[in-house]
Amino acid sequence: MYRYDEFDERFVRERVAQFRDQVARRLDGSLTEEEFKPLRLRNGVYLQLHAYMLRIAVPYGTLSGRQLRQLALIAERYDRGYGHFTTRQNIQFNWPKLRDVPAILDLLADVEMHCIQTSGNCIRNVTADHFAGVAADEVEDPRPTAELIRQWSTNHPEFCYLPRKFKVAVTGAEEDRAAIGVHDVGLRLLRHPETGALGYRVLVGGGLGRTPIVGKVVREFLPKAELLAYLEAVMRVYNAEGRRDNKYKARVKILVHELGEEEFARRVEAEFAQLDGPSINADPEEVARIAAYFAPPAYESLPARSARLEAAKATNPALAGFVTTNVFPHRVPGYAAVTVSLKLIGGAPGDATAEQMRAVADLAERYSFDELRVSHHQNLVLPHVRQDDLPAVFAALAAAGLATANVGLVTDIIACPGLDYCALATARSIPIAQSVAERFRDPVRQQEIGPLNIKISGCINACGHHHVGHIGILGLEKNGIENYQITLGGDASEKTALGERLGPGIAAEEVPEAIERLVEVYLAARGAGESFIDTTRRIGLEPFKAAFQSFARKEVQDAAA
Amino acid sequence: MAKPNQPPLPSILIANDLLDGEVLFRTVSGWSPAVADALVAEDLATARQLEAEAAAATRRQEVVDAYLVEIARDAAGRPVPTHYRERIKTLGPSHRPDLGKQAAEAPAAGR
Repeated sequence: MYRYDEFDERFVRERVAQFRDQVARRLDGSLTEEEFKPLRLRNGVYLQLHAYMLRIAVPYGTLSGRQLRQLALIAERYDRGYGHFTTRQNIQFNWPKLRDVPAILDLLADVEMHCIQTSGNCIRNVTADHFAGVAADEVEDPRPTAELIRQWSTNHPEFCYLPRKFKVAVTGAEEDRAAIGVHDVGLRLLRHPETGALGYRVLVGGGLGRTPIVGKVVREFLPKAELLAYLEAVMRVYNAEGRRDNKYKARVKILVHELGEEEFARRVEAEFAQLDGPSINADPEEVARIAAYFAPPAYESLPARSARLEAAKATNPALAGFVTTNVFPHRVPGYAAVTVSLKLIGGAPGDATAEQMRAVADLAERYSFDELRVSHHQNLVLPHVRQDDLPAVFAALAAAGLATANVGLVTDIIACPGLDYCALATARSIPIAQSVAERFRDPVRQQEIGPLNIKISGCINACGHHHVGHIGILGLEKNGIENYQITLGGDASEKTALGERLGPGIAAEEVPEAIERLVEVYLAARGAGESFIDTTRRIGLEPFKAAFQSFARKEVQDAAA
Repeated sequence: MAKPNQPPLPSILIANDLLDGEVLFRTVSGWSPAVADALVAEDLATARQLEAEAAAATRRQEVVDAYLVEIARDAAGRPVPTHYRERIKTLGPSHRPDLGKQAAEAPAAGR
């Protein structure tokens, strides 16, 4: 894992001191709310419905046991005993008091954490594949790239006042688990087909929100060493030409759309040619220094198959089920990555109590080289577990109430906090997720349905990624009542696709039954081994639309009767 | 529904405490964390006074995000916001009855 050097340490401590002073000036009346708001947002402090909210950066979703323990301590001491892991691999606390925030930032700085770049019109915390360094289909761990971008972008004087926020995601794998197609910039590490050299495919202008757009490839192959100069060129074009007259048209996706991807790419290349690359690109020594922090841990030489695990699975069907859904193959023989689902039936997606955080921290320290990940699916990952240890890890997770075997299945639902917390929301998300999970709670049935991503947002800003859900649910207000639009066919993977609306919005209590109807269409139409999204692609939207609309019409008639 | 530039009626003044973020309600003499204590503006003049108080209290660094909320009366005569958003704001997260104002009120109501 990356460790702070003296500059990182000093920078973060100085920021805490500055914010402590800013809070003091706010409280004594020297700063108005108008003056204070941009300052608090630069330190992750939002005002939500019931209280302030503090968003803490988890760079590229990587945490140590010590860091997770500190988050547990903050949850207990300054919040209500729990935290919420987000779709940007961060964590939010929902109840901090403004006067306590400087003390919380001190505790974070003690474990090399902060809230910088979690808000405001800057380059936000960079996200990455949660199986970085684990997946067999990876050409290189994306985290050194993400860390390099973090260092380059943090307080970059030219990019502190962008037209709007700017989100970057990186993957090094063929299978895209970082949703790079729906980020302002998406980077995919790959090898040049002829030379074999490492570089990036660069996508620009993806995003969700009120105008969902899939990112465009502006550079098919960028040599690895030229990354920062190229990003600087992208940022310059955006900073100079991105719209500032209308907040809803200020993201880079609108600029790429308005200019056209070819013209945008041409302007970036022209800017790139003007820049003094060597003065911007990272020093190879610094790149090597960063990369060394992400060197693989000291794995043991193990057989590819664990006899101990196989024996335990044979006598413990719950363990066998858990391994099927929550365990991901590791590139190193004898190891596995374990996803700890934060989608308990009846819980709020992504929420973890302080006790649960400590339980996972214990497991990371004992079984996973003191490392864990936050996924954008709002789950946690123990990335390097010996297969021999899986029975013990499963037992410990079960004891902590964290052995829900549903990763990638219909109840592994992404949901934003929605109107239960968020001041921007137009409808609630969490109760919808809970009612759908309750409907499909039977684990046998979940297995039978297979991979199915449901994603729920409580407003058009789409923090719950509904556009790229196989089934997307968007909560809106209609005539003073919560109303939910259902979309189908979205995909956050390398086959990025935006879902299409199936028909009119429906009431909250109708959502589980509507999902049921869609699942029925799939089950009736699927071919052997065909997943929900594959069937959707093959048969198209119409059969789903017909089933949905006949359901929605009947509901309207029943309501009128 | 209120007309443009017209405060909603009847209404209460709702805000968040500057220091700790808690939702507060304007009373006849100050701020209370309990919606039952809220001063209800039944007429335009009172609503205008509450609007002026919202601006003044914001300037005095007491509260943030102060605004008027339309209400109806429940069976006991207590003000209840007519919009679901503001109802959630006066109660707490709907899936967590143990949190927010509803948590404090539930046991009291049960006694």
